[in-house]
Amino acid sequence: MTTVASLSEELDNNPYALSHLDALESEAVHIFREVAGEFERPVILFSGGKDSIVMLHLALKAFAPAPVPFALLHVDTGHNFPEVLDYRDRTVARHGLRLHVASVQDFIDRGELRERPDGTRNPLQTVPLLDAIEKNHFDAVFGGGRRDEEKARAKERVFSLRDEFGGWDPRRQRPELWQLYNGRHSPGEHVRVFPLSNWTELDVWQYIAREKIELPAIYYAHEREVFARSGMWLAPGEWGGPKDGERLEVRQVRYRTVGDMSCTGAVESDANTIEAVIAEIAASRLTERGATRADDKLSEAAMEDRKREGYF
Amino acid sequence: MSTTNTTRADLTVDAGTTSLLRFATAGSVDDGKSTLVGRLLHDSKSVLADQLEAVEHASRKRGQEAPDLALLTDGLRAEREQGITIDVAYRYFATPRRRFILADTPGHVQYTRNMVTGASTAELAVVLVDARNGVVEQTRRHAAVAALLRVPHVVLAVNKMDLVDYQESVFAAIAEEFTAYAGSLGVPEITAIPISALAGDNVVSPSAHMDWYGGPTVLEHLETVPVVADPSDDPARFPVQYVIRPQTAEHPDYRGYAGQIASGVLRVGDAVTVLPSGRTSTVEGIDTLGQSVDVAWAPQSVTLRLADDIDVSRGDLIAPAAAAPSVTQDVEATVCHVADRPLAVGQRVLLKHTTRTVKAIVKEIPSRLTLDDLSQHPAPGELVANDIGRIVVRTAAPLALDAYADSRRTGSFLLIDPSDGTTLTAGMAGTAFTEATADPAPEGATDDEGWDF
Repeated sequence: MTTVASLSEELDNNPYALSHLDALESEAVHIFREVAGEFERPVILFSGGKDSIVMLHLALKAFAPAPVPFALLHVDTGHNFPEVLDYRDRTVARHGLRLHVASVQDFIDRGELRERPDGTRNPLQTVPLLDAIEKNHFDAVFGGGRRDEEKARAKERVFSLRDEFGGWDPRRQRPELWQLYNGRHSPGEHVRVFPLSNWTELDVWQYIAREKIELPAIYYAHEREVFARSGMWLAPGEWGGPKDGERLEVRQVRYRTVGDMSCTGAVESDANTIEAVIAEIAASRLTERGATRADDKLSEAAMEDRKREGYF
Repeated sequence: MSTTNTTRADLTVDAGTTSLLRFATAGSVDDGKSTLVGRLLHDSKSVLADQLEAVEHASRKRGQEAPDLALLTDGLRAEREQGITIDVAYRYFATPRRRFILADTPGHVQYTRNMVTGASTAELAVVLVDARNGVVEQTRRHAAVAALLRVPHVVLAVNKMDLVDYQESVFAAIAEEFTAYAGSLGVPEITAIPISALAGDNVVSPSAHMDWYGGPTVLEHLETVPVVADPSDDPARFPVQYVIRPQTAEHPDYRGYAGQIASGVLRVGDAVTVLPSGRTSTVEGIDTLGQSVDVAWAPQSVTLRLADDIDVSRGDLIAPAAAAPSVTQDVEATVCHVADRPLAVGQRVLLKHTTRTVKAIVKEIPSRLTLDDLSQHPAPGELVANDIGRIVVRTAAPLALDAYADSRRTGSFLLIDPSDGTTLTAGMAGTAFTEATADPAPEGATDDEGWDF
């Protein structure tokens, strides 16, 4: 039986002990600085979701008092929550950052991508992402992916080499030892870098609370018109919902993840403070992707397949 | 399955005061490793309903009645199809006392590189044996990897105690044999625990079948083992990652050296040497992420400001003037070869050590080692994937290198193929295993340097 002794006993007894958040923060900052030291044109993928917001916060701390030496890249599905776009633009302005936008809609308008029958645009992000990487000669691309999110991601390296097609070959990954990250790559290849690899959903929320990081309001409980599809609460929009037989109703909800509106579900919740959100997550019996992401329910290897194609 | 009285909800209490333990498990499916890992995850409520549902669904599709918890960690299609673990899988779980990062590594000899990878960042390694088989070749190999990588704490989990009628004598004999062997390799701390991963004995809850055992369960030990040794015992090491120079109106003259303290403690006022140049200065300020402090320690990421305007750049090492490492271009090391292409004498490589990458040539490969019995094979000519061996390397520029025995962080390096960036070899500078042993040379040793093969 686990005894719940004084939680801070270990930290009290050892003046050099670090909390798990301190250790994770230090590791992530080390990763950002390694990339700054070894790459020519890094970029941070920034969706306005909580993981990318935490990444940006860590980057700001890593280079203070100098500005972040990277631009941001938003792969825009065209199905955005307005609150999130607003947050993105305010953040870019506040920190004097440079923002690149790769637009799925542009590719559809030019006939280079075709809308899927289910209206979901998440899988369509890969082509604009790779196009932006190639056109801007980005050699390191920071992603907010975490190994606890999904079992294919659990096998991902912190520095993950992508070939000239942006593809991920899980069988040919470089072993990653100690804190020695190998970012060597040939022209045309790039490296995906995941500073939050070792963080869990709960760590991210605890860190947001500790650092008092502002999030888009949709992460907290609010009333919203939603409809039920495939066991999830989806928000209506031009993307194609609700359809016949799907009924709109007002619910008290919040979002656990923020992505394309067409496949990001809300969870019913009355957690309107960060403390309430953390308590709810800690008690949850579902993973965040299982609860809110339609795209991962497609098959056992849905994420692995998308990653092989060059997805985040 | 049994459960503890902890819930995930308890985890929110005092989030800032739990510590982080990185540990590795080594063993094969036959030893019950997946069952042990599955039980730790399940009983600490780290497996959520949708994950368990997915595992149950996949197990049924394969015609298995009980959920196969190995499917939780085998993340790749090829692994699930072949029913084997190919790569290191990282798993995350927490109790109210600790956050855990588990590197789950396959145990077979052809995956030695994965085991080495998992052990490289681990503060504790769990080695599993089947109580019916005792210490076998694979167990000795796992002990040798833990010793080689200098994992500070080793747990011997003697599994399947239910199949030997929970006999104390069986456990005691295995524990004694393993402790003697691992101890002779220099493993500083060994904790043997009799368990049944399947029945749940001594994994999370104490066993009702082994009154003769008074020690901790596996989880209790994981929760209480000291994570950090006192860093003030070690000399400070600060590899410079990046120079921060804002050159803004607000900070026109700020010049800080960003890095993660690799070992030891740094204080404002410390006299320091910058290597390899040998220039000296004094620590004028330490900026942690957002505030200035008087003292900082490993593994904190900080920015140092020095009193003198001297030339410092990425790849330099800042160390106490009184305890700086020696600087060398000749590196002798024990290595694990991790690439599918071999490493040969005469090969030109890149050597990456802390934040410094230099050109190097492989001068000699004096020996290869079989980890099962520590037998040596002199002058193998080349090393192939999963080989452990000794190498001698000459670098094009000097390195401030510690012995791996003294510092895992500043005594380790990678060899990289300059043609395409492939990681070839993981290196540990200096003597393998422990120098402390006064025992005569082991079986197969050909010189008088003890464990230095």
